[in-house]
Amino acid sequence: MSDPCLAESIETTEIDYMELDRIIEEDFNNDKENLIMMLQEIQRRYNHLPTPALAYLSTSIGVPLSQIYGVATFYSTFSLEPRGRNIVSICLGTACHVRGGERIREKLEESLNIEDGETTEDQRFTLESVRCIGCCSLGPVVKINEDTHGRIAYTEVDKILEKYE
Amino acid sequence: MMKIESAKDLEVISEDYSKKLYYPEAVKVNVGIASCGIAAGAQASLETAAKEFPGNNGVSINQTGCIGFCELEPLVEIFEKGKPRLLYKNITEDKILDMIQDYRESNFNKKWILGQMQDPRSFLEDDIQNPMAGVTPLEEIPILEDVSFFDKQVKIALRNCGYIDPDSIEEYIARRGYQAFIRALKDMEPKEIIQAVKDSGLRGRGGGGFPTGIKWETCAKHNGERYIICNADEGDPGAYMDRSILEGDPHSVLEGLLIAARAIGSSQGFFYVRNEYPLAVKRLVTAVKSAKRYGLLGENIAGSDFSFDVKISTGAGAFVCGESTALMASLEGKVGRPRAKYIHTVEKGFRENPSNLNNVETYANVPAILLKGADNYAKMGTTHSKGTKVFSLVGKVKNTGLVEVPMGISLKEIVFDIGGGIPKKKKFKAVQTGGPSGGCIPEQFLGLGVDFDELIKVGSMMGSGGMIVMDQDTCMVDVARYFVDFLKEESCGQCNPCREGITAMLDILTDICKGNGKEGDIELLEELGMMIQKFSLCGLGTSAPNPVLTTILYFRDEYDAHIKDKKCPSGVCKPLFHYEIDDEACNGCTLCAKRCPEEAITGEKKKPHHLDLEKCIKCGICYDACKFDAILIQ
Repeated sequence: MSDPCLAESIETTEIDYMELDRIIEEDFNNDKENLIMMLQEIQRRYNHLPTPALAYLSTSIGVPLSQIYGVATFYSTFSLEPRGRNIVSICLGTACHVRGGERIREKLEESLNIEDGETTEDQRFTLESVRCIGCCSLGPVVKINEDTHGRIAYTEVDKILEKYE
Repeated sequence: MMKIESAKDLEVISEDYSKKLYYPEAVKVNVGIASCGIAAGAQASLETAAKEFPGNNGVSINQTGCIGFCELEPLVEIFEKGKPRLLYKNITEDKILDMIQDYRESNFNKKWILGQMQDPRSFLEDDIQNPMAGVTPLEEIPILEDVSFFDKQVKIALRNCGYIDPDSIEEYIARRGYQAFIRALKDMEPKEIIQAVKDSGLRGRGGGGFPTGIKWETCAKHNGERYIICNADEGDPGAYMDRSILEGDPHSVLEGLLIAARAIGSSQGFFYVRNEYPLAVKRLVTAVKSAKRYGLLGENIAGSDFSFDVKISTGAGAFVCGESTALMASLEGKVGRPRAKYIHTVEKGFRENPSNLNNVETYANVPAILLKGADNYAKMGTTHSKGTKVFSLVGKVKNTGLVEVPMGISLKEIVFDIGGGIPKKKKFKAVQTGGPSGGCIPEQFLGLGVDFDELIKVGSMMGSGGMIVMDQDTCMVDVARYFVDFLKEESCGQCNPCREGITAMLDILTDICKGNGKEGDIELLEELGMMIQKFSLCGLGTSAPNPVLTTILYFRDEYDAHIKDKKCPSGVCKPLFHYEIDDEACNGCTLCAKRCPEEAITGEKKKPHHLDLEKCIKCGICYDACKFDAILIQ
């Protein structure tokens, strides 16, 4: 989310406007109160929030693009930049923290050769730290896409990453 | 599909399904499928069993919610009519078929079994016959209710979690579900409902501890279209009871909302659920659909003039949205920034209308209060904190899990009796309650009876019920830095004291952890803390300094060690310690050398090893691996 000037950011994603319409109108009734959930659906579809989709959304529901940008940058789950094929979420909740979550993050950063919030060059992984996914009894926890891996040891990190193409 | 119109209709369903719940003809297998169970492999166990026993050929495979003893997940319960009800532990997919065989052949392998349940009835069912009456208990298998993890627990909010299939409204009804609502609808005036909730002494379980009945009463007094909101944006790291309740018993929360709606006079409700909890959302969606099918949601519920519908919204990862005004802004599709509460949300909240917001656990308690009586509920707990509270007992404790205990129980009982104490014979240091708004409570207060007011007296707070146990290896300065770092990220940024104050605190704490601490830093942190507490706009800011102030109050020696001696006694802050091998304690087992990722440890078998400090990255693997305490923190 580094580029504050949406209009100028380079956007290559192909947008399916028919589908966008379906999301806006059928799933969420064209109701601006559903903005956050619309954005979530768009992100689910495109893996990030493509600028043209946001511009289209803005005219469809009558919310200024600036306001949509405000929402998209306020909430931590949204990304304006393309993310990797696999989202690696390292839990840094308190329970994971006291059980060595920080060390697992360092190991992930080292193995993937990226920092928290970045995407690998081959677009294979994006590393994100999250604050508590509620699996505190299994800390430290790493979630990759929809799979939760509990009680992770430093030495297991590489083996787990290998499973994701 | 039958529409429910009366308590009698509920009885019909209840009779049918309680047979299935308590006296199954086929062997009934209940796999605990909540997020934590799934992470431990429960989904794979369930699928393996379901594949082996498709249809109903003597064994039925079912899902249930979180059984609570998360440390031993996947947990699987198994029983059939006339035989003991057993809870098996650590049943991964490779074990589940053997486990079912073990039960069917009555071998009852002690090593696999956590215990046998003596009484599966819920808090609401003490007037029915115990289904286990007449079943002879097994010798040599512990009684589950006597296992130290369970024996002090009283399950009200968690009354159905781990007992029923969360996707089955019928099973919920079989355990007296929706009877409280039908009673509230047909036999009680809204004022009577509010009075009952007031008499029960129920206080908000989300953290604030505001009396629920008074909140309802005030909201009902204000005119306009009133809204009922459920705060399921459980943001406190280390707390997951709301997730477990929604995943394990969503109808109990929905019924609580319905009762609140009837009492306050509302026709529209909202669930605001954390985006990080997809399973909770899924179970809630199923619950809402089935309630609609039975006519318990929608127009003219149960043939009355009362109509109520709910909408499920998800958050998008903002801690501050747990604050009521921010949550309501977020529900409106806006940026979740709190506002000053000179006008309360019960008067002007969501869409500028009177809005009643309670937390998941609060709502889950309401049906139990109406059905068992306010007096009955108020009997439990302390003078000003009634009933029970669910805690997530996590961190450096043997038995991690969700526990529901009467208010007033001591910290010591929770951590040492229920939690089993600290693993690896390490020493207890502190317990952190209240999430980032709470504080760290040291050993001297272990005898403290846990309730809303007592926790505040020692500088912490109840919060939503996270209880993170810390041992000798936890650095309290690092913990303070951790929370302040969390809050800096999560501050919405609109008020100065919070935005700038927290950032300034973080800078100081980071310096201290790096070994750049200076004389006067502690005093500066205290001064900043006072300022942030006094002048911040919302609860996030006013409580933000708590973790710093309590650690300074109780663990000042650790701050001094960091600042003056440039040492981190717990071995967490990397620039301030190094590892050393104790030649006398090291017996040359080679484990540390094998595990070291940097090959920094060398030595011959059965001879003391040597650690090369140049190569050491202080990852701590050797420290954790050594069984002889030969790795020292210096």
